[in-house]
Amino acid sequence: MNNETGTTKEVSRRGGLETVGVHAWFNKHHALADVSLHFPENTVTGLIGPSGCGKSTFLRLLNRMHEFIPKAAMAGEVLFEGEDIYAPGVNPIEIRRRIGMVFQKANPFPAMNIGENVIAGLKLARVKTDDKDALVEECLTRAGLWNEVKDRLKAPGGSLSGGQQQRLCIARALALKPEVLLLDEPCSALDPGSTLRVEETIVQLSETMTIVMVTHNMQQAARVSDYCAFFLSEGGPGHLVEADLTTNIFSNPSDQRTADYVQGRFG
Amino acid sequence: MTTFEVSTVVPEPRRPWDHSRGTLLRVGVLVALSGIFGWLLNTLTGLSGFLGWYVGLAFAMPVVAFVGSVRHGWNLASDRVASAVITVAFAAVTIPWVSIFVTVYQKGSKAFHSKYLTDDMRITPSSDVIQNGGVAHAIIGTLMMVLIASLIAVPLGILAAVYIVEIKGRFAKLVRFLTQAMSGVPSIVAGLFIYATVVVFFGGFSAWAGSLALVILMLPTVARTSEEILKIVPEDLRTASYALGATQSRTTFRVVLPTIASGLVTAAVLGIARVVGETAPLILTASYFVAKSTSLNEPIASLPIYIFSSLGLGDENATTRAWGGSLVLLGVVFILFAIARTISTRLSRK
Repeated sequence: MNNETGTTKEVSRRGGLETVGVHAWFNKHHALADVSLHFPENTVTGLIGPSGCGKSTFLRLLNRMHEFIPKAAMAGEVLFEGEDIYAPGVNPIEIRRRIGMVFQKANPFPAMNIGENVIAGLKLARVKTDDKDALVEECLTRAGLWNEVKDRLKAPGGSLSGGQQQRLCIARALALKPEVLLLDEPCSALDPGSTLRVEETIVQLSETMTIVMVTHNMQQAARVSDYCAFFLSEGGPGHLVEADLTTNIFSNPSDQRTADYVQGRFG
Repeated sequence: MTTFEVSTVVPEPRRPWDHSRGTLLRVGVLVALSGIFGWLLNTLTGLSGFLGWYVGLAFAMPVVAFVGSVRHGWNLASDRVASAVITVAFAAVTIPWVSIFVTVYQKGSKAFHSKYLTDDMRITPSSDVIQNGGVAHAIIGTLMMVLIASLIAVPLGILAAVYIVEIKGRFAKLVRFLTQAMSGVPSIVAGLFIYATVVVFFGGFSAWAGSLALVILMLPTVARTSEEILKIVPEDLRTASYALGATQSRTTFRVVLPTIASGLVTAAVLGIARVVGETAPLILTASYFVAKSTSLNEPIASLPIYIFSSLGLGDENATTRAWGGSLVLLGVVFILFAIARTISTRLSRK
């Protein structure tokens, strides 16, 4: 990751997603301070750090989900293809369509079957599609779920196993053809087999889209991500300690705290 | 080397998503423009009065909203038009509601005098001058009967819901069917039933009989509402409790019911709202009385019957008393609901 972003505040016109001096508050509580990061196009960035260091808050700031929390506030800029997504006149609905999100707990819609769940985003956004079946197949294939569910697309989403449900949620996010995918601990409730499959899915997806994922699993961050960003709160607001190529973070971190954390000495 | 120094300068928190001030301004302009348009429509056509102006406004608002936003694209325009239609519909619902309150207040407040809430009608005929008599006996009667009915119907209704949802007993479907059927029972039939059983066999009209008639009407509302609330308790909570070795009754009373305590208050409120204004069943059970009384074995007064009997005389003072009783009844309902709301927020804050 480029170290210039950490200090300069000038607006760049780089592709991908970039934050400039982002802060977050919940009511008066200062949860996140001064995070400047660049997520280059078609890469996977892992956000790591102990619980409560603001990773998830930061992730939710990236597609304007932060504002759903009452009394939340923010500062700084989030640049998506050079444009601030918090600028006046920007439609948050459009932002969330282009920057998809998958949550920690799989949440397929209970009133829809598997196929309907995949195209739920299009239905909810009232986007017309010519060939729904082809889209369902494409998304499920990209999420690595097609072979397991192709014979029972009419079954309810809740009938799948936890890992399958999570991949269904990824497929659902993919149907809107987002340019960025945000994943908030997508594997924390999954078994190793399902985790492996979701990780493979993430690596494949990163060929065509930018992925930012929060993870508590150091091995996962090492396996999947190209870049890593280490957050820490140290009693005050969460902040960025170090961001670099994943190989550097794990083999040759610049900060002692990063070294301690990735080697499991605290957190 | 890519470590970060956190800037010590903390910027001002902002909420770029908060457009409430802009929305307020926009709605203000919208209502003003639509108001003028409605007034124009009013003077140019045969419409007149407040309702005529409202009809004009109802037509104008979606049009103004559309014209004002169409340059920003179809999505926003349809959004704004939908908002305008909803606002107009909201106002349409509010008009009769406010009208009832205003009418009852205007006519009912004329019946008020310094002792209206503390005196009864023991030596005052309904047609007497307003300065005599009061509604104290009716307030006491209504509060007593509603309280007794609630004490019976609320626990019974909640237990019925527990039987259907938690215990899932052999007769659960039957109980659900019966409560459903009971909610359709006309109130006069409930009164007749108590008349034929309690009144005829246990010594005539009484506050007891009135309360029991109200129980019959309250029970299905409380049971059905509690059932729907119980159903949304996540199964995880029950599982977690069972996994700690808890019995079903401990799980139900210590975990499930406290979780939905504020919802159960709502169920009770709906039940009370169902019966507090009932007149027909009380005519056949609690009958009519003119003095303050707290005896459960005697006939007793109640606000609905006070209103009903005063209105039936046709005399001007009696009619004013009926309006006064209506205002007091609205006040009683309002106070009961306020108490329930307070309890409910207390419970859910815990």
